[in-house]
Amino acid sequence: MAQVTKPARYIGGELGACEPLHEPGRVAWLLIYPDTYEIGLPNQGLQILYEILNEREDALAERAYAPWTDMERAMRSAGIPLFSLETTRPAAEFDVLAFNLSAELTYTNVLNLIDLAGLAVRSKERTGDAPLVVAGGHCAFNPEPLADFIDAFVLGDGEEVVGEISEVLLDRVADHPRGRHELLRALARLDGVYVPALYEARYDGTSLVGVVPRSRDVPERVEKRAIGDLGEWPFPKQQLVPLVEVVHDRLNVEVFRGCTRGCRFCQAGMITRPVRERPASQVDEMVRAGLARTGYDEVALTSLSSADFSGIEHAVSSVINDPQCSGQVSVSLPSLRVDAFTVGIAAEIQKVRRTGLTFAPEGGTWRMRQVMNKLIREEDLYSAVDSAFAQGWRRVKLYFLIGLPTETDEDVLGIAELARRCADIGHRYHHNVTLTTSVGGFVPKPHTPFQWFGQDTIEELRRKVGMLRDALRGARGVSLRWHGAEATAAEGIVSRGDRRVGAVVEHVWRAGGTFQEWSEHFDLGLWTAGLEAAGLSLEDSVYRHREQHEVLPWDHLSAGLHRDFLWQDFSEALHEHVLEDCRWTPCYDCGVCTGLPVEHVVASSVPPAGGSQGTGQDVSVGGLMPVHFVHKEHRDMAVSAAGGAEDPVARRSLGSGPRARTTSGARSMGIVDTCASGGGA
Amino acid sequence: MIVRMRFGKLGKVRWTSHRDVARMWERALRRAKLPVAYTGGFSPRARLSFGLALPTGCESVAEYLDVALEAELEPALVAERVCPLLPRGIGVLGAGEPEPGSGSLQEEVTSCTWEISVVRSTRSELDEVLSRLMGAASLPVLRERKGHVVSDDLRPSLLALFAQHTHDELGTTLVAELGTRPRGVRPAELAELLDIELGLARRTCQWIERGGSKFEPLDVLPAVPAVAVERAS
Repeated sequence: MAQVTKPARYIGGELGACEPLHEPGRVAWLLIYPDTYEIGLPNQGLQILYEILNEREDALAERAYAPWTDMERAMRSAGIPLFSLETTRPAAEFDVLAFNLSAELTYTNVLNLIDLAGLAVRSKERTGDAPLVVAGGHCAFNPEPLADFIDAFVLGDGEEVVGEISEVLLDRVADHPRGRHELLRALARLDGVYVPALYEARYDGTSLVGVVPRSRDVPERVEKRAIGDLGEWPFPKQQLVPLVEVVHDRLNVEVFRGCTRGCRFCQAGMITRPVRERPASQVDEMVRAGLARTGYDEVALTSLSSADFSGIEHAVSSVINDPQCSGQVSVSLPSLRVDAFTVGIAAEIQKVRRTGLTFAPEGGTWRMRQVMNKLIREEDLYSAVDSAFAQGWRRVKLYFLIGLPTETDEDVLGIAELARRCADIGHRYHHNVTLTTSVGGFVPKPHTPFQWFGQDTIEELRRKVGMLRDALRGARGVSLRWHGAEATAAEGIVSRGDRRVGAVVEHVWRAGGTFQEWSEHFDLGLWTAGLEAAGLSLEDSVYRHREQHEVLPWDHLSAGLHRDFLWQDFSEALHEHVLEDCRWTPCYDCGVCTGLPVEHVVASSVPPAGGSQGTGQDVSVGGLMPVHFVHKEHRDMAVSAAGGAEDPVARRSLGSGPRARTTSGARSMGIVDTCASGGGA
Repeated sequence: MIVRMRFGKLGKVRWTSHRDVARMWERALRRAKLPVAYTGGFSPRARLSFGLALPTGCESVAEYLDVALEAELEPALVAERVCPLLPRGIGVLGAGEPEPGSGSLQEEVTSCTWEISVVRSTRSELDEVLSRLMGAASLPVLRERKGHVVSDDLRPSLLALFAQHTHDELGTTLVAELGTRPRGVRPAELAELLDIELGLARRTCQWIERGGSKFEPLDVLPAVPAVAVERAS
């Protein structure tokens, strides 16, 4: 231990950790996050299941995380297998190894951890009493790249199904010797469970033509699970408090699940529908009890867009004004909407500890934001930034994606223009401001309207970033950050890959490519060599636009969304048509509420102040630039463009004007890099 | 008022860092709802002050911290309330008030006593190497500091070294009293000087030497008989 970096990540001992008793009649789960302890520990999904399983009489759960490379070397050379944190029990002694799949580039770690547990990595080579290997999480919505290695995937919310899996496994323990195959068939009968070995991937030449059941007793299509009422699942009640510093080191209270803002690039928003809010009184109670129990001085109200929570003002003010918190507890809202109202809340809650403020306009021009349905008007952004600087912030961060459908160079340069202007606003209030502009390349994700879209090539992404760098040269106060185009391409291989990509993942792992999420370990050469060995190419698997009727590798799996709806929404996107948030406007039938036995649970009957994605907004003027925000020399231009000095809102050329683009999804679109989750700060 | 507490760090939790321990205390004090004083400004922090950092991986039964409180409370009561809320392996061993006018722990402590297990060497090998070290006029080691290689003489900090046989899990132990000036010496550096393999190191005392007398930072010991350090593993 003295030889490894940060040894405390291997000792457990967190407040809230259980040391369960292993005994007959209890199915032993090892919940594994396939990245480092510091990244994995805060994962709320894993912690929720950890508690639910340990509360059950017929199950128990422990945890494991990926040991860093130095620790792994030490373990392998001493013959120590992957072990649980709580009771240092070898992984192979558990009944189930359950992986959380939050990011595609962790897949090589998944294989490595199965191997470190002492099991065969390929599921068909695991026999008899070998633990069952299961996986869930957002990436499970396209499980095909891991189909050869994982015995069963869970789609959607795991709260209920972990109990059902435990019951099936307990039966197995009881009437031994039910074979492994029988067990898999029993699991496949559970709603939301996909057992890839029971499905055959069929090809016509090199094209996938279907993933079909091998026998009649398994469903042709697996629907995701969704809990109806978040209020029935007030977890985690005993959030783990680590001994060492981790990311998001604070109390987290989930205020709602799901999102209907309808950002077309965002997989998280699509696959977690419908919106299910937690009752405000329960949020209060979870915050109060959580702070008292953990001693944290920060609480995050988490969701995909927390400012939309019906009870947000109440929730925030009750923490801030609680005498028990006595001014020392800060609240954070990890995904901020972009408007002045949100900044108002942020000012209220960050009275205590004011760090930076982050907004995610995602697109540099109003036109681009209409395409992606991220309906932040120029006016909203500038007034948000203005009020942030006016209220004392000096550091503002903006997130953008490049490589989106229909993107032109003008759209990319719009990012630079927007960043410069925001910095100008800041300079009216402060001598020094930092405007961090973070740019990621877009990776199209399954079950989203952009799932058909061909990703930008590495070269194209680099060109666009170079263009931005040139445009921002000398811009005072603006700093440009950029995620590597190579990692974006690798993520693209896996994101929409079919079963053949499993060989690529295995190749990268066997060549030593673990921790591919970490720039110091990432190696595109391993991925391209793997593609070549598997007879695949970046061109075909990443850059190619999919055809409208082409079979997609996840067509046999459902997040509740109609494929027709997704295609329709993609077509609308290409025409710059926007789609309103359905929480407060009539249903447009995406399929989730009508197809699944759940529906929206939203306390407020009116949209939040400031509007939401078209509801309560006048989107026809979204590209208009408020004249008082325009810099002096820009102002003259703006005024002349508007054709009259008396007009309070001057038309800028940003979101209008002719441009070359196609409307059918053909290739003249640029693309680039990564980041299709959350949309949040 | 300032309450000074002596605490231990034993077992697995020794793999946490000095900073980690500081965070554990902050959270435990908040959970105990004690009237801890905070700094002002945009980033209020609890006013805690820790003594010399304990190297990660070392145990101790002689760590100290000073907590500033906004109200007058019996130090023993403070210890009693916070102790059960600390992670396993961290426990309060005593509490009191520092002498009025005394400086910070970091300034005042002049030496520490360590007990370090000796992994392979025999008693006679150990005695021999210890007397060689204590007989040396200087013991230079090379260290890189701010990009420059400098030579530090560790000899002035070696105040006492002797071997001792114990019956607990440490087996044969080396007892070392190491000064903090002109610089402190870590057990790992001592092992390097001795050129023998050393195992678990435990700090057993911190000393303040002033005006010819030598005493510990807290003389009321043990103030909290009810709580003891529980070994984590």
